[in-house]
Amino acid sequence: MDSDYAIIGGGIVGLAVAWGLLRRGLTVTVLDGDDGSFRASRGNFGLVWVQSKGMKQPRYARWSQSSARLWAEFAAELEQNTGNAVPLEQNGGYDLHFSEDTLQATVEKYEILKAELDGDYPYDVLGHNALRKEEPHIGPKVVGAILHHQDGHANPLKLLLALARDVRRRGGRVLTGKTVTEVTQPDGFELACADGTRVRAAKVVLAAGLGAARLGRQMGFKAPIRPQRGQVLITEKLPKLINRPSLIARQVDEGGIQIGATNEEVGHDDGVTQSGLSGLAAEAIAAYPALARAQLVRSWGALRVLSPDGLPIYQRSAEMPGASLVTCHSGITLAAAHAMLLPDWLEGTAAAPDLEVFSESRFAVS
Amino acid sequence: MNPVLPFLEIEASSAPRVEVRFDGAPLLLPLGANLAAALLAAGIERFRNTPVSGAPRAPFCMMGACFDCLVEIDGVQRQACMIEVAEGLQITRPGSPEVRHVAS
Amino acid sequence: MSHRDLVIVGAGPAGMAAATEAANAGLSVTLLDEQPRAGGQIYRDVDHVPDHRAALLGPDYTAGRDLTVALRSSPVEHVTGAVVWSIEPGFCLSYSRDGRGAQLTADRVLLATGALERPMPLPGWTLPGVMTAGAGQILLKQSGVLARSAVLVGAGPLLYLIAVQMLRAGQPPLALVETQTGRNRRAALRHLGGALRGWPYMAKGLRMLAELKRGGVPRYIGAQDIRIEGDTRAEVLCFSHRGRIRRLACETVFLHHGVVPNTQAARALGVAHHWSTQQQCFVPTLDYWGRSDVPGVFVAGDGAGIGGAKAAALSGRLAALAIACDAARLTPDERDQRARPLRSARAREQAPRPFLDTAYPPCAQALSPRDETLVCRCEEVTAGTVRAHARAGCLGPNQTKAFGRVGMGPCQGRYCGLTVTALLAEATGQTPDQTGYYRIRPPLKPVTLGELASLKTPPATGEN
Repeated sequence: MDSDYAIIGGGIVGLAVAWGLLRRGLTVTVLDGDDGSFRASRGNFGLVWVQSKGMKQPRYARWSQSSARLWAEFAAELEQNTGNAVPLEQNGGYDLHFSEDTLQATVEKYEILKAELDGDYPYDVLGHNALRKEEPHIGPKVVGAILHHQDGHANPLKLLLALARDVRRRGGRVLTGKTVTEVTQPDGFELACADGTRVRAAKVVLAAGLGAARLGRQMGFKAPIRPQRGQVLITEKLPKLINRPSLIARQVDEGGIQIGATNEEVGHDDGVTQSGLSGLAAEAIAAYPALARAQLVRSWGALRVLSPDGLPIYQRSAEMPGASLVTCHSGITLAAAHAMLLPDWLEGTAAAPDLEVFSESRFAVS
Repeated sequence: MNPVLPFLEIEASSAPRVEVRFDGAPLLLPLGANLAAALLAAGIERFRNTPVSGAPRAPFCMMGACFDCLVEIDGVQRQACMIEVAEGLQITRPGSPEVRHVAS
Repeated sequence: MSHRDLVIVGAGPAGMAAATEAANAGLSVTLLDEQPRAGGQIYRDVDHVPDHRAALLGPDYTAGRDLTVALRSSPVEHVTGAVVWSIEPGFCLSYSRDGRGAQLTADRVLLATGALERPMPLPGWTLPGVMTAGAGQILLKQSGVLARSAVLVGAGPLLYLIAVQMLRAGQPPLALVETQTGRNRRAALRHLGGALRGWPYMAKGLRMLAELKRGGVPRYIGAQDIRIEGDTRAEVLCFSHRGRIRRLACETVFLHHGVVPNTQAARALGVAHHWSTQQQCFVPTLDYWGRSDVPGVFVAGDGAGIGGAKAAALSGRLAALAIACDAARLTPDERDQRARPLRSARAREQAPRPFLDTAYPPCAQALSPRDETLVCRCEEVTAGTVRAHARAGCLGPNQTKAFGRVGMGPCQGRYCGLTVTALLAEATGQTPDQTGYYRIRPPLKPVTLGELASLKTPPATGEN
């Protein structure tokens, strides 16, 4: 046996799980793709976000909250271990509104969720003037915002780097340029890769993002996931212009303003389009008019890994005992939970979080 | 002509000189000239400081590819080597501590 | 939105020749170019220079007027000052002009985006006062501006040309610090026979060297361990030569070790590229007409592989003939008949390339810079950092970009891309083709959000 666990997928989800398992003294082999693989881990928006999540499933709101609460400790430990800082700000975040009606409708939904969460849903509604005190550059078209105090943002690429380094530092074996083509369970697991590499492990975690749709069925999962494209913009580095992040724009620690994101059902096309970029630019300028003079330096498209209801899937395989599927579209927000709580669930300890609502049983057999 | 400047103009320009301001200081540059070249000939050695380390930079490629000659004009950062001198240009150095870009 | 049979990007020799040829064959053609006047870098401002400067620059430069004159008398729509930032399949080109957004659609696209100086990361290469040799030439051609106290560093015929021009202008360079070696010259001799098919070019090179010798310009051949020193600007060029450390005080350093295709637009369109061992760079994969694997996309000129201005113009015309034939304006017979003399002329122009590429290889120190050398000028990332990312599992440049921002700045990898591929290939033992290159996406050049947003409404049509 090469290791206790083989993790299929070397993105944020796979590396966070690997890191958590290594931290418990288990041995891990991570199989990662190549330079051209679809990688939500390097295309995401970088929010550590609570508000608007789990409106229909309070357990998801709680799971996001528990990860957000662990994030600072997680980031600090990574920095201590690697010397690579993982910038994180958790001073709250906005849902900006251009209409009183949408603002009011959202507040009503938040109130229902807040009651279901026993009041643990700290937010304030800011009118335009109150918002302007917090964000001097906000534009006149923004009527107000919901400031949720559990929201924040991180540098997702620095998280990826720190995780990649710390997993190696902890003795994790990371194989790059691998495409897993077949998973069998003769006696323990055997993973076959396209280049002929074979890896044996006692347990397997499938954390391959969109790649899980194909491999998952071999392993006894439904894996009903699909790509959804998000286009993202980033400007030149600017002096401080935006204090707190929102779903429209955030200022990253290096100074650029990141603007996002589209929601497009275009299959596996991760391209950018002029119309997509123009729409995002117009919305960002409506929120922060000073951005009209900022130069767009880069843009990209990345594919979200979405389940039918948008919630994560944590599922143990019935066909292949010892194999688990871990997939979500909020890999940054949930990174701390995946690193610090999920190992208990994988190991089946008494401290395991109850993740039953995230099992595949919620999806009808197709 | 100042003999200590690193660059010199090899012939007297026939273009009329117009006033521009670089970080507030007036300069007389040939109308329609390439702005980066005209600034170099006028003895400007540092065009900007980088947003990463604050290191000084000046034109490197002169063909719009390297972005080291970025200057700020009317609140927009632009490549000096891709602009022609026009009367009254207000040019500032990006990255100068005293300049508050965009937020102005 | 206006529609054209053909849009050409870049008004250098390839773009001008192609536009003229295609328009004369009956196609509706728009030529988009960033500069205020036609010519590209090699013929920069060729219609605009005073006589004195034209004489200094010589007949190879003023020969560009044949192309600009032909362009002006053709029905081509030449849009100057147009910075193309997006080309979408189909094709829709978005460009910026005078700070305003504009768009154009076309059946076919010809990319004539020319060359860039090969990145030459040496210690101190980001200091003010350090420029590319091409920049030195542009200053002279367009603005009549010359460095007083300059050292030319690197390898290749362009260094001799600029040195001779400086000499003729009465401001000779302080020295030529050349990185090629005697061994390179001996290795090149086996290509000499082929090179002599392009004998006028070779003869010109020998005349330039003789002129430099007469002018007393010192040449240090086989220089190593080059470093530019200075606190806030270049002050001293330091290098070792024949076992001795030399320090030359100077104000300007011009760097050059060859030029490489500017592939940004072709890559953004998804054109396949491959590594050229001879030219030590990536080149788009094309047939001899310049046709890429993306239907409707052609590439001509130095952007298709380095061949110089004359070969570029010939390539442009060949591509135009193929495009005219594809658009049913010429029969295949007419195309082939017109192409025949162009193809043999192009072969003659390209004949000296193997000799030159072998005699003047890229500077080894700059291909594999020491750890502390900055390789990404924009994000200020060192070679050592890129190597560390390779150790953390990065197989290709898109992963190192995510790990450490290398290539994320406004130049979008133009001056670090080849270096990063080389560093990763060296670290992983892969070939450059296996290592790959940055994925290039819009905007090809930065564009303001305001301009981008203005295209959300029904877009403005092309001006002019």
